[in-house]
Amino acid sequence: MRLTCPLCGPRDVREFSYRGDAVLTDRPTTPEGFHDYVHIRENPAGPHDELWHHGAGCGGWLKVRRDTVTHEVLSVALAREARS
Amino acid sequence: MRLQGFGQIDRSSPVRFEFDGRSYGGFAGDTLASALLANDIRLIGRSFKYHRPRGIVTAGSEEPNALMTIGQGAAANPNTRATTQELYDGLVARSQNAWPSLGLDVMEVNDLLAPFLGAGFYYKTFMWPKAIWEKLYEPVIRHAAGLGALSGQDDGQSYDTGFLHCDLLVIGSGPAGLMAALTGARAGKRVILAEEDFAFGGRLNAEAEEVAGQPGPAWVASVIAELAAAPNVRLMRRTTVTGAYDGGTFGALEQVAEHLPSLPQGAPRATFWRIAAGRTVLAGGAHERMIAFRDNDRPGVMQASAVRSYLHRYGVAPGRKVAVFTNNDDGWRTAADLIAAGVTVTAVIDPRAHTQHDLPCRMIHGGVVTRAHGRLGLDNITVRKPDGAEIKVDADCLAVSGGWNPSVHLTCHMNGRPDWSEDIAAFVPRPGAVPGLIAAGAANGMFSTHGALRSGAQAAAEALDIKPIKVPQAEDATFEITPFWHVEGPGRAFLDPQNDVSVKDVKAAHQENFRSVEHMKRYTTLGMATDQGKLSNVGALAIMARLTGRDIPEVGTTTFRPPYTPVPIAAFAGRAARDTFRPHRLTPSDALSRERGAEFIEAGLWHRAAWFPQPGEDWLAACNRETTMVRETVGVADVTTLGKIDIQGPDAAVFLDRVYTNMFSTLKVGRVRYGLMLREDGFVMDDGTCARLGDQHYVMTTTTAAAGQVMVHLQFCQQVLWPELDVRFISVTDQWAQFAVAGPKARDLIRDVVAEDVSDESFPYMGCGAVTVLGVPGRLFRISFSGEHAYEVAVPARYGDALARALTERAEALGGGLYGMEALNVLRIEKGYITHAEIDGRVTADDIGMGRMVSAKKDCVGKVMSERPGLHGPERCQLVGLRPLNPDAAALHAGAHLFALKAEITPDTDQGWLSSACYSPTFGHRIAYAFLKNGRARHGETVRVVDRTKGTETLCDVTAPMFYDQEGGKLRG
Repeated sequence: MRLTCPLCGPRDVREFSYRGDAVLTDRPTTPEGFHDYVHIRENPAGPHDELWHHGAGCGGWLKVRRDTVTHEVLSVALAREARS
Repeated sequence: MRLQGFGQIDRSSPVRFEFDGRSYGGFAGDTLASALLANDIRLIGRSFKYHRPRGIVTAGSEEPNALMTIGQGAAANPNTRATTQELYDGLVARSQNAWPSLGLDVMEVNDLLAPFLGAGFYYKTFMWPKAIWEKLYEPVIRHAAGLGALSGQDDGQSYDTGFLHCDLLVIGSGPAGLMAALTGARAGKRVILAEEDFAFGGRLNAEAEEVAGQPGPAWVASVIAELAAAPNVRLMRRTTVTGAYDGGTFGALEQVAEHLPSLPQGAPRATFWRIAAGRTVLAGGAHERMIAFRDNDRPGVMQASAVRSYLHRYGVAPGRKVAVFTNNDDGWRTAADLIAAGVTVTAVIDPRAHTQHDLPCRMIHGGVVTRAHGRLGLDNITVRKPDGAEIKVDADCLAVSGGWNPSVHLTCHMNGRPDWSEDIAAFVPRPGAVPGLIAAGAANGMFSTHGALRSGAQAAAEALDIKPIKVPQAEDATFEITPFWHVEGPGRAFLDPQNDVSVKDVKAAHQENFRSVEHMKRYTTLGMATDQGKLSNVGALAIMARLTGRDIPEVGTTTFRPPYTPVPIAAFAGRAARDTFRPHRLTPSDALSRERGAEFIEAGLWHRAAWFPQPGEDWLAACNRETTMVRETVGVADVTTLGKIDIQGPDAAVFLDRVYTNMFSTLKVGRVRYGLMLREDGFVMDDGTCARLGDQHYVMTTTTAAAGQVMVHLQFCQQVLWPELDVRFISVTDQWAQFAVAGPKARDLIRDVVAEDVSDESFPYMGCGAVTVLGVPGRLFRISFSGEHAYEVAVPARYGDALARALTERAEALGGGLYGMEALNVLRIEKGYITHAEIDGRVTADDIGMGRMVSAKKDCVGKVMSERPGLHGPERCQLVGLRPLNPDAAALHAGAHLFALKAEITPDTDQGWLSSACYSPTFGHRIAYAFLKNGRARHGETVRVVDRTKGTETLCDVTAPMFYDQEGGKLRG
């Protein structure tokens, strides 16, 4: 499996580490939202937005849309630019 | 028997080899199997379970029987298939699973006991008494049922791994693979052609066929010459593609040296490649399958296609009187080729009532072979004629063809299932099962040579979206088969010779209701040997289908998993073995420490000096001396391993306020502050000091263990949470060598190496700044991890060794010296500083008595969640100190648990745990840190410290979590 880092180009998956659901990009601004933010995750069979860290490359945090059934990578963007 | 005028072996290069202690001759270009057959050796091993005599069945990697140990000593290679092992001069091969010899194997008694040893026998037989299973039954069974064994010694050889990239990966170099590679090559695409054999050409080397008017091998040579001349093509022989993975990635094992008498200097024994392919053509061919009949495992019974391989490729007749048993046209081809070569064919037996074949030999249409005779080697066979009469037919070799199974394995590695094709009575790959992969040739059920050539060219053209190239002339016969799987009758008819699974076992599985194909596989172990059932799976499915009244596609297939053929674990590891298993991070004082005889401890990748024993000292004596030395004079320790992150930018202060629980925007330039970081769930992540070197410039230190984690966390905060903040940071852990200088004489030492004034006025406790260290620009921090008056002094890493030596020399002149991690740990426990032994991911700021460090004036990561009920208060285990009532108590170790004085010792009454413990030379007894339920309110109480793993119990007084200099006068003085 490879990911195409927006900064480094296509690289082997071993340069990256999975860092969880992309809901982590939406840090709540009020205390009420934190329970869901920290604990509640979807577990979809299909397209899923997730965060990857390019630790053996540029150190970039990436937002990756990946099909959890086929492992097909649908898109990769820098997390800083992909924030909603 | 070797035949003149046949084969592609090099008769001008004779070689000698040894098999089971006897010397034989062969030629370059032989495999071990072909050379053994040329020497009329048919008995080559004993079977896994019943120790039945076995012979060579195939001429390829699907071989179930001919597993040998090649070589001697530490590097001996067990379970090597003789059918793929290239012959070389001096090769030494040993048969496996037989004692005292192949001809006389005492474990053959298992074969007589076969009625009791069927599928699942051990589940039923060895149930009682239960306790004996692990100690007696299992070891005995494992010993009796076995293959070759590794030497257990380091082979002293290296393996390698690597990456390759291409537009088109072609797997297999038969007619389909060669045409696919040519198509890609002529279009200028980057092509990798991987062939598991040592010769390119696939079946073209094993048949008497012409392509484009030339003999097959000649056409292969011309194509390979063209491909070799193309700069965009990489030809890889001896390379088996073993697995298909996500994103067009394939694993491939390249054998580098198994065909050589010795490993060339510096060469790896094998290389495991990860091939990233834009598109892939699978042209891996097909495997001929056998037909099950009684005693069909006798040495001499082999694939009809293998007989042709030995004839045409190696010039070997596997027998002098060959019979053929076939349900399709392929067996007839074997008979015809043998007759043309002058080998006697005693009969062709075909269960079909009529075929159009007519050969000058005995032909028995509508007949079946009911039994093979000859324990150590085939003598004759029993044939049942259509009228029911049984006759004996002489045969020292029986060539069997039950049809062909396309090698669909790789197309199933990503959870794909093959489709059943009625035309060829076999499974074929399902298109699209592996994205980007197209199957061609026999691997896709296209069995004629012209069909293979054509489909290879088409597959590559389709994959690359280019025009196909012209296809040369070749044989284009249709393939006729009538499925025939099993000759009913008494006795055992083997399906999976490698795991000794017979038709009877499949019937037993059905009888015991293990009818799902995956259950049947596990109950009988069919297909679970090292050949993964390449020969046996489809036959077993056919039997199960008949038993359950279903058809084969309904029964389905078992799951094919990587690797396609066995891969040595060492090849996956590559260079990550022995001393290069992982990187070694050495501190700037490493050379000095080794000169001083230090013992080392590994902290992550770092090697840190643990203690510096003097003559006669054990670790504890050295540790005690070093601790006392720091308390009384001055010690020097390398603290370079702590994570150092340089943080700069207009928003650096705001950024730190958000990642630390406490305030850093209010920290004055030239000062250091202790900081605490939480995870977003409210638990402590890490701690450390952070120095403000300028208005927009901080240097953060992290613990050694969490340096990487904190860096990634900061990147997350900056890139994902707050990209609007103008702040940048970089790890400078490797750039700065840093040393702790601690003890009452620390300032005397520092004054001697630092040019600037280091009085309390200029460098008070928690002061910091740029200084000149022995003429080198450096940094000085007045911080302490020991409770003593202490500094950390940093210089660019290239001066680290020099500074370590300068500091040590001066410390020794003052009565001090180097101290290691053990003393550093004792000093911090005495003083009440925490490490990751305490902040182990389960504790909150309140647990460690730092609840008030979570600033109420601002938000920070983890603040909201740290305020949850249950994360602070009397129900939590809080950090306390422990002091044994008996000062001589020796049994106080981290990991012990705490209980109230009179409580029963149960998990329910557990009151906490010990996180750190040591002997304190300063106080003359052991001390410890513990987390005790509501501990802060229980100072002065006595608790029981129970260590179940060591079987000890110690009574301790609960104290404040600080033993040494509670007023802090020494730090400031």
